[in-house]
Amino acid sequence: MDERVLLLVGTKKGAFILEEGAGTSDAWQVRGPLCEGWPINHICHDPATGAVYAGGGNPWFGAAVWRSDDLGETWTHSSAGLNYGPDEAPLRSVWHITPAHGALYAGVEPAGLFRSGDGGATWSHVSGLRDHPTRPGWQPGNGGLICHTVLAHPEHPDRMWVGISSVGCFATEDGGATWEARNRGVRADYMPEKYPETGQCVHKMALAPGMPDRLYQQNHCGTYRSDDAGKSWLCLDDGLPSTFGFPMVAHPRDPETVFSIPLNGAEQGRFVPDGRMAVWTTSDAGRTWRDLRDGLPQDGAYLGVLREGMAVDTLDPFGIYFGTNTGQVFASRDEGAHWSRIADLLPPIYSVETAVVPA
Amino acid sequence: MVTVVLPRSLVALFPGADRRVSVDGSTVAEVIDALDARWPGMRDRLCVPGPALREYINVFVDTHPADLSTPVPAHGVVHVLPAVAGGSSAR
Repeated sequence: MDERVLLLVGTKKGAFILEEGAGTSDAWQVRGPLCEGWPINHICHDPATGAVYAGGGNPWFGAAVWRSDDLGETWTHSSAGLNYGPDEAPLRSVWHITPAHGALYAGVEPAGLFRSGDGGATWSHVSGLRDHPTRPGWQPGNGGLICHTVLAHPEHPDRMWVGISSVGCFATEDGGATWEARNRGVRADYMPEKYPETGQCVHKMALAPGMPDRLYQQNHCGTYRSDDAGKSWLCLDDGLPSTFGFPMVAHPRDPETVFSIPLNGAEQGRFVPDGRMAVWTTSDAGRTWRDLRDGLPQDGAYLGVLREGMAVDTLDPFGIYFGTNTGQVFASRDEGAHWSRIADLLPPIYSVETAVVPA
Repeated sequence: MVTVVLPRSLVALFPGADRRVSVDGSTVAEVIDALDARWPGMRDRLCVPGPALREYINVFVDTHPADLSTPVPAHGVVHVLPAVAGGSSAR
């Protein structure tokens, strides 16, 4: 069956959907802004249902999850149940949405996790995460106190991981009732204690395909791999140009291969190093790294890519895509060997995901 | 009946909603209840749990600043307006 790739792009001013041009045109068509121009932190596709979900928050109207059943032509939204009750601060925004095992999970700000069993119409709080004894000490990072990563074990619905900025990685093995901090081996260079139980600034985590106990992590302070479901982490910084970056994306089939976009440093402007854009990859689980630059700007590129800003598709060979905080989208249809700019002049891009749908 | 004037940015979130509607209600809270009954979810856009009006949502009853407990006279006019300050994070 012929397939086509849609790029789902969340931005500071709405969601956009990019689709490769029909016929002889190589140009990508841009639809948007969608979701009424709300800031959209994450927009994703659920292949099981065909639905597209977008999560974000509007400064006037609060946090919500949007849903489209026609690939973004029409939308509904809901935040029914998306709150911590009258004694807690209201939610500012939804930061991440993960469809898994027939349910939908949303990571939110202030940091917490919600679950929907009805496709986003209503939500219930997975309260065990915020019941963790370390929560009184959770401090916001530069982006806020945000739960931005939700990873579901592909086979066991009771097993999940979340990432919270400036707090760290947590895992549950009982469906969210209880959570364990899993940050051993991850540095917190900005703390007096470099290896605390929590306080690590995880920026993004990715599950290795076919090896669900293997995770990769891009952190504020380094790049890491875990082979024991996050219980311990190994630093992979050797061979990378910096210890700072945001995205971490796994190969769709190879557990040894991931992609990241290192930036020059947390306090140096957060640009790609030397203004030269590159995606970095390893094909040996982080032992060695190489840069992918062909077709990317190599002069004066003072830009960055945020935590949700890169994605792969599932084709063979697969495509890889990223959006910048200055509104460009770059694509490679040959696994990173060659790149081209497929969109420009968008608002600052918060997220990029793919949807592979029938042609 | 009370006349309620809603902002474009709110109405756009609820297909079929009108900028100017007539509902029953003797307080601002009751007016918002009536709006939510007609367009489920509208309360969540205007209020936080408590309940209270959202930080950047302003309500006026017959041009006077109001909160959820403010009485609304019969034939009163309720304006719902997004505060200009709310745009500070949308620049």
